[in-house]
Amino acid sequence: MAKKTGVYVCRGCGIADAIDTQKLVRLATAANPGGPVRTSPAFCLEDARLIRSDIEQHGVDSVVVAACSLRVNTDVFRFEPAFVERVNLREQVAWSHPAGHGETQSLAEDNLRMGLVRAHKASPPKPYIEANERTVLVVGAGAAGISAAISAARSGFGVVLVEKEVELGGYAARLHKQFPTRPPYEGLEATDIAAQIRDLRSLPGVMILTGSSVQEISGEPGRFSVKIQGGTGATEVTVGAIVLATGWRPAGPEKYESYGLGKYPNVVTTADLEAMAAKRQISRPSDQRPARRVAFVLCDGPRDDAHLAYGGNVSSLVALKQATYVRAQHTGAVAYIFYEDMQTPGQYEYFYKSVQRDPGILLSRAQVRRLSEDRDRNVVLELGDTLLGGDIQLVVDLLVVATDMVPSTLDGEGALGLKYLQGRNVPTTPFGYVDSHFICFPYETRRTGVYSAGAVRQAMDLPSATRDGRAAALKAMQSIEKSSAGQAVHPRAGDLTYPGFFMQKCTSCGRCTQECPFGALELNEKKNPVLNTNRCRRCGICMGACPVQIISFNDYSVDMLSSMIRAVDIPEGDEEKPRILALACENDAYPALDMAGINRLQYPASVRVIPVRCLGSVNSILIADAVSRGFDGVALLGCKPGEDYQCHFIRGSELLQTRMGNVQETLERLALEPERVKVMELAISESDRIPAMLGDFVNVIKAVGPNPMKGF
Amino acid sequence: VSNVSEGAAAKVPATPEVSRNILVIGGGIAGVSAALEAAEAGYDVTIIEKNPYLGGRVAQLYRYFPKLCPPYCGLEINFRRIKDNPMIRFHTMAEVEKISGRPGNFDVAVVLYPRYVNDRCTACNACVAACPSERPNAFNFGLGKTKAIYLAHEMAFPMKYAIDDSACKLTECAKCVEVCEYNAIDLGMRPKTMTLKAGAVIIATGWDPYDAARIDNLGFGKYPDVITNVMMERLAAPNGPTKGKILRPSNGREVESAVFVQCAGSRDQNHLGYCSAICCLASLKEATYLRERNPGARAHIFYIDMRTPGTYEFFQRKVLSDEHIAIMKGKVAKITEDPATRRLVVEAEDILSAGKTRLSVDLVVLASGMVSSLARGAPAGPVALDGDHFVLAAQTGAGIFAAGCAKAPVDVATSVQDATAAAAMAIETIQTSARR
Repeated sequence: MAKKTGVYVCRGCGIADAIDTQKLVRLATAANPGGPVRTSPAFCLEDARLIRSDIEQHGVDSVVVAACSLRVNTDVFRFEPAFVERVNLREQVAWSHPAGHGETQSLAEDNLRMGLVRAHKASPPKPYIEANERTVLVVGAGAAGISAAISAARSGFGVVLVEKEVELGGYAARLHKQFPTRPPYEGLEATDIAAQIRDLRSLPGVMILTGSSVQEISGEPGRFSVKIQGGTGATEVTVGAIVLATGWRPAGPEKYESYGLGKYPNVVTTADLEAMAAKRQISRPSDQRPARRVAFVLCDGPRDDAHLAYGGNVSSLVALKQATYVRAQHTGAVAYIFYEDMQTPGQYEYFYKSVQRDPGILLSRAQVRRLSEDRDRNVVLELGDTLLGGDIQLVVDLLVVATDMVPSTLDGEGALGLKYLQGRNVPTTPFGYVDSHFICFPYETRRTGVYSAGAVRQAMDLPSATRDGRAAALKAMQSIEKSSAGQAVHPRAGDLTYPGFFMQKCTSCGRCTQECPFGALELNEKKNPVLNTNRCRRCGICMGACPVQIISFNDYSVDMLSSMIRAVDIPEGDEEKPRILALACENDAYPALDMAGINRLQYPASVRVIPVRCLGSVNSILIADAVSRGFDGVALLGCKPGEDYQCHFIRGSELLQTRMGNVQETLERLALEPERVKVMELAISESDRIPAMLGDFVNVIKAVGPNPMKGF
Repeated sequence: VSNVSEGAAAKVPATPEVSRNILVIGGGIAGVSAALEAAEAGYDVTIIEKNPYLGGRVAQLYRYFPKLCPPYCGLEINFRRIKDNPMIRFHTMAEVEKISGRPGNFDVAVVLYPRYVNDRCTACNACVAACPSERPNAFNFGLGKTKAIYLAHEMAFPMKYAIDDSACKLTECAKCVEVCEYNAIDLGMRPKTMTLKAGAVIIATGWDPYDAARIDNLGFGKYPDVITNVMMERLAAPNGPTKGKILRPSNGREVESAVFVQCAGSRDQNHLGYCSAICCLASLKEATYLRERNPGARAHIFYIDMRTPGTYEFFQRKVLSDEHIAIMKGKVAKITEDPATRRLVVEAEDILSAGKTRLSVDLVVLASGMVSSLARGAPAGPVALDGDHFVLAAQTGAGIFAAGCAKAPVDVATSVQDATAAAAMAIETIQTSARR
């Protein structure tokens, strides 16, 4: 428990103009017997040393800085190992509320009371540190997997590389040529996968298991137990983290029935053509005669919905590349490419231009209307929507349909055999790609310590897969480093706390194990939850889920939040002074409230803000508590849920929505109006909406009338 | 099998021969991502950023495609990671002049430009009221003005003001110095140089919008209602010049109709030969801004190929399900202003009907493409560029890597991916050098 707390009330940046800081000092002195209470014109400058000297010379180990937002001066007010609580008097009081007003003063005082409670209730973290294995398991030895293995080995980590085929290299090794990567970005290039494999074999600390597959993985980052089955028997290894790089397979022919695949022998896929080119044998499957007139269809038109997710920019480039194979192999050969949109981003545009200059390659926007076979087994195409002026008929030796790259995560239970309550596969999007917030943290999966690379993330070209392997290996190494130090990984990187469970009161309902977005919790034989600490991302969603509130962090607990709520002074019998509790997502809504202050926008001073790790960490009992305590309304400020979720913990805001049912039941039981609790979406960039949004809510609450529970 | 890692080299300490510091040039999304990924793996990182704040171009964007989420959500989390991680140092208003040395042991010469505001700045804003000089708001691409002493935007990190010395009379005026209670303004600051050691270097210098005034037929610079896509981001942003209202620059009226011109410069041998890769998605995204602000407004997008690869295709579908947003395959030939109505007249070919089309609209948004920032000059040293000023990995010195738009025109998602990979390669360089 906190022992000696110092309170430091800053007067700078207009704080002392807006509020009576002496009153705050008196409040703090009364509430903090035995601890120093000081004030300064600017604690962030020279006077920071006053805080330091209280810590070093007067035994203060818990510091309450009532000044600016915790988002600024983080380094100035870091006094490790002392606990630091920042009370926001500047952005969220002085800069956003009328100076000298009684309600502004009440807000400042309540913020200070809540800060004092938090400082008193927080206890120092006890990091979870166990011996870790500095080895990375890489599953899949295509371009991405080999790149990951090389990177980890060169960086000083052990590597176990598991490949189900007998040979290394995956699809990369079957490629005839790759797209141009060097100026003038016009000529095809040989792949360097063979050199990569040689490089990998020369590195120390690499165990390569071909013809093998992972049967089962259990454990947590730092200590995963992996069972591997190979041709010669079973192996068991312990690894610290995992790279999933199992690649893709071409979609089955049923997807291309309308293009005659599987029906006419001279209709093949781009994967087939790549193999023919590698053997220098671009010929008609029906009679092995050279294919001199070859058409490529990209299957990217409006009726080809099913293919879009899996082709991407790759299929345009593949067609351009393979058209040049056709031209190079047979003198006088002609290639046609029919597309809806030619996707050649970046420098690949130069490759496209160079192909366009070849008179033997004809490119046109077109859709295949009808397709048939003539007596010589030529493929007869009827094309519409062309740029060639009307519908045309074309007879070719060979028709090549663009192959979808279907992620291997769609097959069965995936390649990892995770022995997790939440399932053996890594969670995926509806397309089968590994689920991550792909813009901001692309390599994360929803299984901590497992990082994805290559075509299991999205359809991509060879350089991208190689890049991905590098990146996922780094994330895996990071996960090992972080867990070795008892620290959380992204997004709360470095956090030393983790949830504790008061098991005596656990009802074994299992809800925490189901709601954890990262599968951190397993059930033991008694159906009690067991935390795998290194899988935990410290979001607190389990804390929000638990119906008996037995889950807490050392610096973020049920008791702490509920005591903070109780610390707020609730005026009775004054309809003009309602009290609203706002639980605000610390990453988005809380900074947005700061921005409102920085822009000097004013919003109601009746709102008391508590930042939360994630809206998903808000327990419905806490909301009910606030209402029973006399708060007239509760606002839950968080991010957008659903398909385009923004939650950094993936499911937080979505879970809160589902918990609102419980809250409404509670309100009903207490005979309170449903309007008193409201979830509001507030993005970090929307500070301009705050005055109206909170103003409207306060008006609704005023119309509903004071909470009759006040004073009970 | 716990002996797998035995043969591997243990993590090396810093030695005089090998620095564990990774230098990251550029503090945009690629640079910040690279820095964080390396630091969280246990390496020291120094970021050199030329602006007074980190965040680069994404800080100027209103939303990301395809989720239409605010870039600051991700930046906030990254800045928090930086604040919490003592292994990352950064210098704003700084540029790298020269890189020399070898992998594991580079010497980097850095110039630090004067900010005229020191670390004592509390961001109280008192100086702004006192400042008598104005400058065009560079953060808003010249839309609107700021004082010569300014905070680039309210989410700027670090939250410290800066003075634009091209707009400030410095010691001749010094009104800001008088009002600053914290003694945070130092008008006597001069450029400084310093040398850093680095084991590896990541170039993440990003991009600039192509100068649309160089495209004669599209009227940029001639007609105020012809703007670029980056300006559209600022118009839509609540912290932009119009506080998020999409208004015609000429008269401040609401925009009822807009044309988006794709490939304004890109895929054109006379301007940029390459495809800028993001513009189709950006225009689709910006069309949603217009529609959100003005439910009656219409958007027309003229394009050559609609480049929305992979699952982005579904974003295209979603945007185009709005019947007020139309796409037309064809290149815009000419933009003029109707002298009577002051509206813009867009003449374009309509490839699908093999005809010509003419539209009269309130606003034209040029998808003006990305130029490598290295076109303005690259650090001296073993950094090879292609004809378009993008870093050419194959000919650049070992231990020096590029990420994001320094390498190729790419979207934010790809920049983050590149950055993570570059951090991995930087670490490999340091570890491999240490073992030699």
